[in-house]
Amino acid sequence: MAVYWAIAARSFRRFSTYRIATVSGAFTNTVFGFILCGIYLTLWHERPGLGGYDVADALTFVWLQQGLLMPIGIFGATTTIELGARVRSGEIAVDLYRPTHLLLWWLSVDLGRALFQLTFRGGTPLLVGALVFDLTFPSDPVAWLAFAVGLVLAIVISFCIRYLVALSGFWITDSRGMEHLAQVVSSFFSGMILPLVVFPGWIGEFARATPWAATMQVPIDIWLGRNPGGTGAALVFQLGWVLVLLLAGLLVTSVATRKVVIQGG
Amino acid sequence: MVDGIRRMPAQYWMLVLMWIRSALAYPTSFVLMMLSTMLMTVMDFVAILLMFSHIDVFGGFTLAQMGLLYATASMTLGFADLATGSVEQVGQRIRTGTLDVYLIRPVPTFLQTAADQFALRRLGRPLQALIVLGFALGHLDLDWTVAKGIMLVVSVVAGSVIFAAIFVLGAAFQFIAIDSAELANSFTYGGQTLTQYPLAVFGKEIVRAVTFVVPLAFVNYYPVLFVLGKPAPLGLPSWIGLLSPLVAVVMVALAALAWRAGLRRYRSTGS
Repeated sequence: MAVYWAIAARSFRRFSTYRIATVSGAFTNTVFGFILCGIYLTLWHERPGLGGYDVADALTFVWLQQGLLMPIGIFGATTTIELGARVRSGEIAVDLYRPTHLLLWWLSVDLGRALFQLTFRGGTPLLVGALVFDLTFPSDPVAWLAFAVGLVLAIVISFCIRYLVALSGFWITDSRGMEHLAQVVSSFFSGMILPLVVFPGWIGEFARATPWAATMQVPIDIWLGRNPGGTGAALVFQLGWVLVLLLAGLLVTSVATRKVVIQGG
Repeated sequence: MVDGIRRMPAQYWMLVLMWIRSALAYPTSFVLMMLSTMLMTVMDFVAILLMFSHIDVFGGFTLAQMGLLYATASMTLGFADLATGSVEQVGQRIRTGTLDVYLIRPVPTFLQTAADQFALRRLGRPLQALIVLGFALGHLDLDWTVAKGIMLVVSVVAGSVIFAAIFVLGAAFQFIAIDSAELANSFTYGGQTLTQYPLAVFGKEIVRAVTFVVPLAFVNYYPVLFVLGKPAPLGLPSWIGLLSPLVAVVMVALAALAWRAGLRRYRSTGS
């Protein structure tokens, strides 16, 4: 266990060296936050109470989304992109003869990354948003705790999806196309393009049942206290996807490692 | 000098063909990338359609009018990204010192960076924009004049050039602040998100900023207002959209100066 903790700590430290990248990223998230606020203010002005959100909920959604985008890694994350590159180049062989489990190793690396980005990048947009607009915050300690748990589950779910995508390289040699496709699907079904509560009819019901909903929409709804079945049901929903995806990850790892042929130089 | 400029299109094309061949080395990945680029832009417009399932008018624009804004925004960014989008990767080359290789080759450094990892899949965005444009033009109730038609075509070219200049400016900034690639995203991809919508909904300050500071409003908003016969905001004259080619020329001059200054500043990492 100590080894995974050490990996996560080093991953955290590694990301802390990219200072300008972190600042410019936070700036970009903030700019996008303002753009989306303009759009959502217009939309909620035309249709007050759309999707069960009031204006403060909609704006809070925007700033949480911009803050959580990188920690959760909706658009992919450096760590899993590197994993894909290692599968492509064959360096994955080094990872496989380490006395650690491949999935747990990369999960630790990703959690270190997520924690760094949550601390130094996620806070900035939310702070700016809260200074300019009237935002909704959880009212009691239990709600904060539930949000924290939901956030960790969201990061694990997102990692599992990205891990499976990276490992697809064992079968199709180059996972970059799959990464790109996953990025599109996840930004749509996580509520990045438009909150899933606004999706009408069957497409809304479908979107809200996917694992991507559990990465962004569900934790934000926990923060807002807007989950249809309450916070407990939301956490159970997330936990269900964590179990399914972790099992899939373990299965794919064992099949992939049996398949791998290491070519010596 | 003149001879050098005349050779540039052929050199650029040669580099582009090289990168296309390299991308086709992994056919499955290439097909998936092309497909996902198309899908990504489709999803973008689906979001607007989903919004219009709840409303009839957005900031004074109907769905067909929004379609015209969306198509021109997406098409101009798409063309700019196709031709020059790769320059944003220059930061990585500066950090690793691989830009040195470009400096010693007998082809301008700018062309090599612009064509770096040229991605044919980026055609997906302009293609999808063309479909939305067709839909928008089919549903708009407009008195078409020759002037409006020419204006629309010219503004797409000028808008693409403005976005391309912003890509280059962002890349030039990376000579000063390596690793700042994401900063440029707020002006390129952020600019595209912004220009998909009627700019007036963002408030007067934003309209001023995208008119006088980063002239994103000239990419498509002012030209589209002119075509739709809508008045310009801030009390600006309705023909202000006609200035977009001029704005494009100024932006290119600025980008060229910035790029040269950046390149002069470049010191290899020596690793």
